[in-house]
Amino acid sequence: MVEAVVFVLMAVGALGGAAIVVLARNPVYSALGLLGTLFSVAVLYVVQLAHTVAAVQVIVYAGAVMTLFLFVIMLIGVDRAEMIEESLPWQRRIVLTIGVLVVILAGTLTVSGFDWVPAATVTNPGVTSGTVEAIARPMFTGWVLAFEATALLLTISAAGSIALAHYRRRDG
Amino acid sequence: MVDPGWYMAVAAALFTIGAVGLLVRRNALVMFMCIELMLNAVNLTLVAAGRALNDINAQVAVFFILVVAAAEVVVGLAIIVSIFRHRETASVDELSELSG
Repeated sequence: MVEAVVFVLMAVGALGGAAIVVLARNPVYSALGLLGTLFSVAVLYVVQLAHTVAAVQVIVYAGAVMTLFLFVIMLIGVDRAEMIEESLPWQRRIVLTIGVLVVILAGTLTVSGFDWVPAATVTNPGVTSGTVEAIARPMFTGWVLAFEATALLLTISAAGSIALAHYRRRDG
Repeated sequence: MVDPGWYMAVAAALFTIGAVGLLVRRNALVMFMCIELMLNAVNLTLVAAGRALNDINAQVAVFFILVVAAAEVVVGLAIIVSIFRHRETASVDELSELSG
């Protein structure tokens, strides 16, 4: 019962935030809508006992990534109005058609139940609590290669962003 | 408990909103935020499936996706800033040198 109430509230929060991201004219409002979505998804993780992932979501996404987004928005400036006229006139109509079709598809699947997805029907009620210990054990045994690759990826991306920030045009 | 299918339905809706926004908006920053929306939808699906199948590996995968997304944001925003420094615009419509 508690889970159902939290689920409905946070689903509305996540989808509302996502709608704000797409519809807001001002990028700052888009960023705040994304923040709401990220927090709502983090609460949905907690309800599903994925505590560590929820904490990482709040710290990394809502903390670091959103701060970075807001910094760049401030750097670029928010007073520029987005171009209204469309250079690809057919694109918006096609996108709306596809969106409506996907919504109809998802609605049909929801009404008909989720029997076609093995994981969507509860076979084995989840008792696995996503504590740090429970996640760390597979991460440092079966996934250890991926973990090391992650370290390499983070180093490369940090070096790459610094190189991009220091780049100057030779003739300028 | 809430059926995991409902979590997947919410994730599907999130993914659709993100994809539509990516195709409709022209501001590079907002397009980037829409990509983050889609990544979050996938993470939500993974956590729901992992809980239904009682498998902790799904959450490990979500952890790695978060790390890769953070690295992607760092590099992507650096590219947007360096484009803006040369062009004074963040609209993708005005970056058309490579079009034929």
